[in-house]
Amino acid sequence: MSNKMHINLTVNGEAHEFLAEPRELLIYTLRERLNITGPHIGCETSHCGACTVTLNGKSVKACTMFIAQANGADVTTIEGIGSPDNLHVLQKSFREHHGLQCGYCTPGMITRASKLLEENPNPTEEEVRFGMAGNMCRCTGYQNIVKSILAAASEMNAAKEAAE
Amino acid sequence: MKDLTDDQKERSANLKGMGCSRKRVEDARFTQGKGNYVDDIKLPGMLHGDFVRSPYAHARIKSIDVSKAMALDGVVAVLTAADLAPLSLHWMPTLAGDKQMVLADGKVLFQGQEVAFVVAKNRFIAADAVELVEVDYEELPVIVDPFEALQSDVVLREDIADKKEGAHGPRKHHNHIFTWEVGQEAETNDVISNADVVATETVYYHRTHPCPLETCGSVASMDKVNGKLTVWGTFQAPHVVRTVASLLSGIEEHNIRVISPDIGGGFGNKVGVYPGYVCSIVASIVTGVPVKWIEDRMENLMSTSFARDYWMTGKIAATKEGKITGLHCHVTADHGAFDACADPTKFPAGFMNICTGSYDIPTAYLAVDGVYTNKAPGGVAYRCSFRVTEAVYFIERMIEVLAIELNMDAAELRRINFIKKEQFPYQSALGWEYDSGDYHTAWDKALKAVDYEGLRKEQADRIEAFKRGETRSLMGIGLSFFTEIVGAGPVKNCDILGMGMFDSCEIRIHPTGSAIARLGTISQGQGHATTFAQILASEIGLPADSITIEEGDTDTAPYGLGTYGSRSTPVAGAATAMAGRKIRAKAQMIAAYLLEVHDNDVEWDIDRFVVKGAPERFKTMKEIAYAAYNQAIPGVEPGLEAVSYYDPPNMTYPFGAYVCVMDIDVDTGVQTIRKFYALDDCGTRINPMIIEGQVHGGLTEALAVALGQEIAYDKMGNVKTGTFMDFFLPTAWEVPNYITDHTVTPSPHHPIGAKGVGESPHVGGVPCFSNAVNDAFRAFGLRHTHMPHDHWRIWQTANKLGLHG
Ligand code: FES
Ligand code: FES
Repeated sequence: MSNKMHINLTVNGEAHEFLAEPRELLIYTLRERLNITGPHIGCETSHCGACTVTLNGKSVKACTMFIAQANGADVTTIEGIGSPDNLHVLQKSFREHHGLQCGYCTPGMITRASKLLEENPNPTEEEVRFGMAGNMCRCTGYQNIVKSILAAASEMNAAKEAAE
Repeated sequence: MKDLTDDQKERSANLKGMGCSRKRVEDARFTQGKGNYVDDIKLPGMLHGDFVRSPYAHARIKSIDVSKAMALDGVVAVLTAADLAPLSLHWMPTLAGDKQMVLADGKVLFQGQEVAFVVAKNRFIAADAVELVEVDYEELPVIVDPFEALQSDVVLREDIADKKEGAHGPRKHHNHIFTWEVGQEAETNDVISNADVVATETVYYHRTHPCPLETCGSVASMDKVNGKLTVWGTFQAPHVVRTVASLLSGIEEHNIRVISPDIGGGFGNKVGVYPGYVCSIVASIVTGVPVKWIEDRMENLMSTSFARDYWMTGKIAATKEGKITGLHCHVTADHGAFDACADPTKFPAGFMNICTGSYDIPTAYLAVDGVYTNKAPGGVAYRCSFRVTEAVYFIERMIEVLAIELNMDAAELRRINFIKKEQFPYQSALGWEYDSGDYHTAWDKALKAVDYEGLRKEQADRIEAFKRGETRSLMGIGLSFFTEIVGAGPVKNCDILGMGMFDSCEIRIHPTGSAIARLGTISQGQGHATTFAQILASEIGLPADSITIEEGDTDTAPYGLGTYGSRSTPVAGAATAMAGRKIRAKAQMIAAYLLEVHDNDVEWDIDRFVVKGAPERFKTMKEIAYAAYNQAIPGVEPGLEAVSYYDPPNMTYPFGAYVCVMDIDVDTGVQTIRKFYALDDCGTRINPMIIEGQVHGGLTEALAVALGQEIAYDKMGNVKTGTFMDFFLPTAWEVPNYITDHTVTPSPHHPIGAKGVGESPHVGGVPCFSNAVNDAFRAFGLRHTHMPHDHWRIWQTANKLGLHG
């Protein structure tokens, strides 16, 4: 007799089906059950944002969501944002502008920033700082992270204009 | 130096050597979620360990009952001190010459102390089992104040209660650890009693925590078939861990492999050896399968390695004109329950004796008393060389207090006391030999850049406006000038557990002209894979993009003391350059042979050896590399490899000049940083982009510490700041943009003149932010107020000064 739940979850376009205890946290589902280790754990209290994923179109901190709450959801992690041959503009921009050091916050940062730029394609510096305030970084002091995101925004906008 | 031709410039640029802002090679994996941190490691059959921790700060353990936990499905073992005692592993030596409990032996001495280690099939079961372990405690009186500890009859460390002698000399009291004295006590007292002016102040540098975004953890795997133990972990010094693991476990060192995978920031937190590492190893030996231990954030803040907690009382003497004549400093150092500082053995208070700062102070005396309390053990260097942040904070506050006493401008007071350029190498009163510096030039450049006079004028106007009731905002101008002491260190006086603090590099050139270099250090975000390849590119003339840098695996890397205290560039960077020069020396012989001239008839030209006077005759390093493997050269061994162990002749002394402009709302205590200017001189600059990134990060950690970050305890020894709800980590929203600048004064004794930079901004930043807050209230009679300057404390300061009407 088990208290396990039947879970359906789509991660980076791939469908998964499994039995899990309802209390299993989404971050562990991703990292330990599905071996998707891009999202990290920095606090498990919703403060640091290292575990940020996109869930049904919203930025979510995977450390504080039970798998029972995520049943049926569509999740995107850093692994689904770009691929080695087709990097997301943000992935290039963070490298170009030195927006990372130890890299531990980076998957969450880029995942969050990609959502932010969808919500607001032309943010001011202040809007970037506010919109990223749920993601902590201990290494960079944020200056180059902000720079990377602003640069990515203008590049994405320029590409959009060129396409129109 | 001759001007380079266009061809030379192009060849030089292609190398991406020293001085260019080469993009980082690490970033590809980190931006794509392909880093490999310790918690990403998953081995077949791996179990998870979790700690039962003490809820009390001081208590006797009457009994531990593990039966309910053991009965839980999925629990494999529960270890207590009783299980470790037969192996003599219930206690372990600390890096500071003390010993520390691995699992509580009879009593607990701080909240969060490790009591039992549960090993289970997964981390959820382990956490459930932790709840089922029943520990019967008898509470004992708690001491969280170091001054009270030295008076109290309560014996904290019963294991050494009657030991009159500790690792660093005599003990004065059962809660006393050591007294460390440097300098001339009688002379200094003399100077002070005869001085025109003496400023006295007690400066408390509060307890805080390095708090990297990734917590500490390890995975241990004992392979009983081959007798080999492999340990992956968050280790800033993997070789030291291997040696300690061998000494503790009795497993021969060649049968232990320690690997530091990617590390999610260290800042000093990951230098020490923690009970979690030991327990994961023991558990793997006991169970025969791999065991993972990862601490959660609360455990990290409560147990592994706090920083600071120094009560520093200073007396600084000067002439009426402001020339400093003497400095006296006494420190009461709260080390918590065990002395687990990570300092070189002969320096129980680290390099606190750099506390004469950047000033020519002829007479000085320092005494430090280490004390036990019921707080977490440690005393690590949080983004600084050993206790240097404490020292610089102390002197930079004392200078400001002296300026008040003399009614002088603090910038001017610094200027007239700086060590002059021509005095280097400078012998300080407390025993250091500063290698090089040009403080006046840096100071003038900084003050000019911020329009210092204009700022003071604006501040004076603001004060008048405030007095007239036209504004409720005050303006603070924070100044700091710091000298760091990094690159530990010369083996003759620096060691950790007896290991000299040299470092190493081993290079192999491949036949097709690419290379791998391995070092004894380990990057935690500093970008070693990028910058060390740049040093080598300049030294051996192969492109940085063709050079792989590998660190952190003790089976492959040469022995080194690791990365902390800004020692990687000064020590391992030097080893890299020296190993590169050995490669070049051999390459010269090969080139001469191929060109059919004498060794002395060829000369080095960026990426090749050319025949002197005949530049059209040359052999490139690529050609030489190939020849090293396919030509029989008389008198020369095949292959092209080198190794260098570098014992630095001296420390390096980076310095810098910082200015912070802050507005303070008197009614809310809210501080807003309007401008922050940071000039750093780290000697030769290897990668300006990375230096700038280090400065931004270090300043932000300084901002955190100065303006709110603290590990606070209540009287019962409860940690009040155990989560990110209470422990301040600034977000992008709270942090300003910094202006960075530099001067370049190379280190005369370092092969490439580099001094190290990672920690300077933290060391110089903390006093700069703090001085800004203090300065804002100087006109209203404030001499000194303690950090952290959060809104509440600033409001209280304004209130005490009667500024709330
Ligand atoms: S780990 Fe999820 S917010 Fe920190
Ligand atoms: S790069 Fe290290 S935490 Fe952000």
